[in-house]
Amino acid sequence: MNGFSRLAFVETKLFLRERAAALAVFGLPVALVIGFGLIPGFGNPQKGLSDQIGTEYIAALGVAIVLATLGLTGVPMVIGQYRQRGILRRLGVTPVRPLTLLLADLTVWAAAAILSVTLVVAVVRIAFHVPVPAAAGWFALSVLLGIASLLALGMLAAAVAPTARSAAGIGWLLFFPNMFLAGVYFPTEEMSSTMRQIGNFTPLGSALHAVRDSWMGIDPRLEYLGIMAAWTLVAGALAARFFRWEQA
Amino acid sequence: MTPVIEVTGLTKRYGGQAVVDGISFHVEQGEIFGLLGPNGAGKTTAVECMEGLRRRDAGQVRILGLDPLTDGHRLHQRIGVQLQETQLQEKLKVREALQLYASFYPRPADWRELLERWGLTAKAGTSFGKLSGGQKQRLFIALALVGNPDVVFLDELTSGLDPGARRATWDLISQVRAGGVTVVLVSHFMDEVEELCDRVAILERGRIAALDTPAGLVDSAGAEYRMRFRPLAPLDEQSLAAVPGVTAVTRRRAQVEVTGTGDFASAVTAELARRQVVVADLRIEGRSLDNAYVALTGRTMDT
Repeated sequence: MNGFSRLAFVETKLFLRERAAALAVFGLPVALVIGFGLIPGFGNPQKGLSDQIGTEYIAALGVAIVLATLGLTGVPMVIGQYRQRGILRRLGVTPVRPLTLLLADLTVWAAAAILSVTLVVAVVRIAFHVPVPAAAGWFALSVLLGIASLLALGMLAAAVAPTARSAAGIGWLLFFPNMFLAGVYFPTEEMSSTMRQIGNFTPLGSALHAVRDSWMGIDPRLEYLGIMAAWTLVAGALAARFFRWEQA
Repeated sequence: MTPVIEVTGLTKRYGGQAVVDGISFHVEQGEIFGLLGPNGAGKTTAVECMEGLRRRDAGQVRILGLDPLTDGHRLHQRIGVQLQETQLQEKLKVREALQLYASFYPRPADWRELLERWGLTAKAGTSFGKLSGGQKQRLFIALALVGNPDVVFLDELTSGLDPGARRATWDLISQVRAGGVTVVLVSHFMDEVEELCDRVAILERGRIAALDTPAGLVDSAGAEYRMRFRPLAPLDEQSLAAVPGVTAVTRRRAQVEVTGTGDFASAVTAELARRQVVVADLRIEGRSLDNAYVALTGRTMDT
């Protein structure tokens, strides 16, 4: 095994050893859809949710929560700590670059997100007979772009924060408004049009729209995919440009 | 034979201020070379420029014939580094850490043997976060050696170790050198440097104040002996100042301290005998690197 796969292997083990994080990523979304799925009548199309099946809507929220939790709380916290603890510096004097660790971690997190989304789709299909996403290709693309844009945003927070604490803090500061504007706390259908507009420009807002639409079999508006791609490129480029490899 | 390490005019500035200011030295294969100096003297910055962690602003550095700036990857395959104040992932186990780092190198050492040698076998399954300070330190030394390096950089080797573990560590480092490995040791402990190093560079404010063998440094400093005693009869201590070789006499309550060079101590005791002054608690301090350091730099380590 080369350095990358070796690091990815070890980082996967470390990810699973953080019980709270693993539970948040794999357990929370499933618990959410099961909890709401058991509400009588929630398996029918809901008027206030653009006629989306209630459980399907909640499953889409579950996807959004996975993306936001991993990208905005997990990434800044872990990368901030790896820098503060000197782990990145230590790798800098081995034949393996510290960048390899960052790439290995991003790969592990992306894989965890894909697995968790798959789990949510499977649970609502099996337990509540919610159809699998009708526009499967668009759904997959929406999820992948959502993962990429939120990981990139999390990396940017980690890149510019001077300490591990501030990295985690910036992550949380991004987490709540993103969740709010994306419509995780209450549906965008109930928002004013201005707020909805703002929400559409956030990576999580675009991701949630695109995931909901493709689940219902509607081709997501290209604008959503474009916004996620733009966040990925801009936040990713800024993170790469301004990344601090060591704590001052 | 070309030296393993050649440093010429190495300079590193931060905000216009030279932290390392044009230092030059070379290290031969199999040598243990010490960089000694107080905190802030530039020791760590200098080795980090040699390891390729920092970009030098001027000068030349060749380690095993490789420039750390342009040939970092090839260099990193052949050096081992123990950095000051690093941590590993909290939940990474000792065994996993060694296996992981071993996998980075083209011809790694047997990590089980390293565990054994550094007394970590019983801790192989323990998470990094649960190790004591001394165990962490030994793990970092083992990690510096896991790539079977030709050159090892050890920055504050024995910090966090108890006296017994320090001695054991010194023995192990001597063994590492006996295997032909060149060792660069950064330290602010005199005893460590005196015990281990073949040659020492004393760094002060980014410059090399002196460079020699520990014994050579002591000689060149012409450091003074010091004798102390408590006279049991009245003594006009200033009369001792006239004794050949004596450079100073001071009295602190009942205790008299005489400093001097050469064979002054015998002369002083002879003088005391002539005056029939019996003394108690007579102590003569030999010359040490400690005293040489003060003589060479005009200050103690702590200041």
